[in-house]
Amino acid sequence: MQQAQVTSTGGTVGDLFNRFGAPAFVLQPTPDNMPTLWVDRDRILDVLSYLKPRFPMLLDLFGMDERLREHKPAAAADFTVVYHLLNIADREEIRLKVAAADADTSVPSAVQIWPNANWYEREAWDMYGITFPGHPNLRRILLPPTWQGHALRKDHPARATEMEPFSLDAEKQEAEQQALLFKPEEWGMARATADTEFMFLNLGPNHPSVHGVFRIALQLDGEVVVDAVPDIGYHHRGAEKMAERQTWHSFIPYTDRIDYLGGVMNNLAYVMAVETLAGIKVPDRARVIRIMLAELFRVSSHLVFYGTFAQDVGQMSPVFYMFADRERLFGIIEAITGGRMHPAWFRIGGVAQDLPRGWDRLVREFIDSMPARLDHYQVMAMDNSILKQRTVDIGSYSTREALEWGITGPSLRATGMDFDLRRDRPYGGYDQFEFEVPIGHKGDSYDRAVVRVEEIRQSLRIIRQCLDNMPEGPYKSDHRLTTPPPKEHTLQDIETLIHHFLNVSWGPVIPAGEASFPIEATKGINSYHLVSDGGTTSYRTRIRTPSFPALQQIPLISRGLMIPDLIAIIASIDFVMADVDR
Amino acid sequence: MSELDTIGFGLVIIAAAVGGAAILTWFERRLLGVWQDRYGPNRLGPFGVLQVAADMIKLLTKHDWVPPFADRAVFVFAPTAIVVAMLLGFAVVPFGPDLYILDINIGLLFFLGMTSLAVYSVLLGGLASNNKYALLGGLRSAAQMVSYEVFMGLSLMGVVMLTGSFNLRAIVEAQRDLWYCIPQCLGLFTFLIAGIAESHRLPFDLPEAEHELTAGFHTEYGGMKFAMFMLGEYLGLLLISCMITTLFFGGWLGPWLPPIVWFCLKVFVLICFFILLRAAIPRPRYDQLMALGWKVMLPLTLLNLLATGAIALLLEGA
Repeated sequence: MQQAQVTSTGGTVGDLFNRFGAPAFVLQPTPDNMPTLWVDRDRILDVLSYLKPRFPMLLDLFGMDERLREHKPAAAADFTVVYHLLNIADREEIRLKVAAADADTSVPSAVQIWPNANWYEREAWDMYGITFPGHPNLRRILLPPTWQGHALRKDHPARATEMEPFSLDAEKQEAEQQALLFKPEEWGMARATADTEFMFLNLGPNHPSVHGVFRIALQLDGEVVVDAVPDIGYHHRGAEKMAERQTWHSFIPYTDRIDYLGGVMNNLAYVMAVETLAGIKVPDRARVIRIMLAELFRVSSHLVFYGTFAQDVGQMSPVFYMFADRERLFGIIEAITGGRMHPAWFRIGGVAQDLPRGWDRLVREFIDSMPARLDHYQVMAMDNSILKQRTVDIGSYSTREALEWGITGPSLRATGMDFDLRRDRPYGGYDQFEFEVPIGHKGDSYDRAVVRVEEIRQSLRIIRQCLDNMPEGPYKSDHRLTTPPPKEHTLQDIETLIHHFLNVSWGPVIPAGEASFPIEATKGINSYHLVSDGGTTSYRTRIRTPSFPALQQIPLISRGLMIPDLIAIIASIDFVMADVDR
Repeated sequence: MSELDTIGFGLVIIAAAVGGAAILTWFERRLLGVWQDRYGPNRLGPFGVLQVAADMIKLLTKHDWVPPFADRAVFVFAPTAIVVAMLLGFAVVPFGPDLYILDINIGLLFFLGMTSLAVYSVLLGGLASNNKYALLGGLRSAAQMVSYEVFMGLSLMGVVMLTGSFNLRAIVEAQRDLWYCIPQCLGLFTFLIAGIAESHRLPFDLPEAEHELTAGFHTEYGGMKFAMFMLGEYLGLLLISCMITTLFFGGWLGPWLPPIVWFCLKVFVLICFFILLRAAIPRPRYDQLMALGWKVMLPLTLLNLLATGAIALLLEGA
């Protein structure tokens, strides 16, 4: 198994062994067949630096509490830091792990190698108390500064009922108020230079253009943004902690609410990771249904982007047209799934139901009507010269910067990088479809919009192919871990009855192991890293979302611009706060 | 007209202007609804027109609040200034050959003076609120007004040259043969732009710019004080439409129908046009707006002025 992995990774692991010596690493087999190497923490920075030229993107970095894990890998200690690297040129991924004991949880900071490690390491500190010597600003990121403990540790309570009743006495209130006081120095901003006194503007967490509860502290000279420091966590609901209490099946509705504009797209990333762990093969009809629904949601999400993008640069009308289209789309989604924004409709091993009678007419009407409407919107919004003035050359970044900051999806393609997981590492049946991957070339706000608008057309193309080639057959796998399992035979044979009973009462027991499954979601790469300890719930669920790194990069591209430019940038990066904070 | 009649007529105009502005808030929303594929307020009364009354009741019964950190006197004064200035502006508008309050020989200058005064409202409101968003809004409005004032006045000088008078009735009478929108098309264009900027509506609503500055200069305002700002904005829209009608579209002139009907019709069409603009155009950035003002509009106005002057001289010589 281990040998097979080494050969299948195009020699990266072999190269590492040659460079650092095989004893420096411990290989961990995983069901997703991604090379997973344990590295000693003294050597991790050298290994990461060595890999950087080949893996320009740090896709994810997260912590993990191993203390209660029964099927613990041999190399694990109390805590683990996991690095997930992506090599776009060779479509290659690698996972590195560093163990840290409870007595000394320090792991050297990777900020010097990948700038986007900054927020990820802050999150790992916030959630697990893992310290990162060398980190420039290691403080809480998702939880409030007054929070006690580290929330994702296994010994931290998961629900309010496990804690003392909440009370807020005068003293505590005063402390909370003090913690909220804005001190520019704590945010790394000077109050004045020799000849300028700066104004600090608190943009958000409630502001018409921040798309949810997102806060940016702005250091202003007139209307020019000298520096901007994003502050997140206002939408944090602890989805990763909840996952540790829900069965594999009952966590599906929570995923809908991560990227709440993406609907079943979130289900897809999650159930495919679970299916990888369980070894379930999904029947063709279910695969095509999933792709069709996912693409319908991509269209829906991009329509919201399109409308709000025009609105944020001050154009009043387009958003009403786009939302009207989205409403028609929700009509179709409701007819198929019964839900609208959060259908929670995909299941482990398939989908919840078969398509209803007449679905094809609904979908066909919609995709037939859309191209003409998109042409109309093109004239109304994208071709408008004022809109162009507001967004062309505003907030641009290069491909290299995008990769270093972990930017994925349309925002990466806008820089001219031709990379789409659906085409380049096809999953779930995308290799059977014909579509193009639109790219931009300047990486500015306008190109980011152009790419998304073109993606709507390509998604419509994919949906049409689903419509014309919908296979017959079952809509869920007959694997025993499919949840809920097919019911037809339950009253005929005892085996099916037992599985059915167990899966719908306890929930399925997923074999121990680790798997992650990156997919091309609406806003970039979304990936669930699932760790099963052989139980009915996940031991650790890590949700890698595309919006998180996108926000981290805002200061880099908005310095020196004006407030309206910042708004245009925020409008163009298409994030959802629930997707950032989880 | 006797003095008493004038006062009576003045009151009628005030009532009509304020009532018109109130109806406009409903009309604009309905019209935007039509263009944006939705309904707009359509529930209360015929076609939803009583929505205006409902809004009034809501605004009147709201807590009349002044933030503790604001400069109280200025904060209260600011919203009244815009309404008073705009209403005064109506005094010189000739609605018909005999329908006017004031017939003064500097009518046009009076109108320009009144609209300039209205700027103080926004400026003071922004400053007195003692709020950063309001301050930025106030700053923007100061810069915007200063640059747009300049060519607003200049854009009308062509009309004055052709007529040889600042008297608005004289200007209308001079258009019996040809409306000034033809010979003064450049003047019309620049005045139109300046007019929208003056009433700070989209695409020139930078002092307010809700997507950037939450609500700009009136961030801290609520209830009736906020309503006064809104009233001022709609009065401005009405006034600008009246002035464009008077200066470029022959005022009350027109065949068959009574003069006042012609006047109202023209104003109505112009208002629809302004609402369409609001529905269609995005908001430029503040420095782009300044650049447009100084680098495009001002030279255009001067060009218009030069050409008009030359032609007027030529015609006189001939």
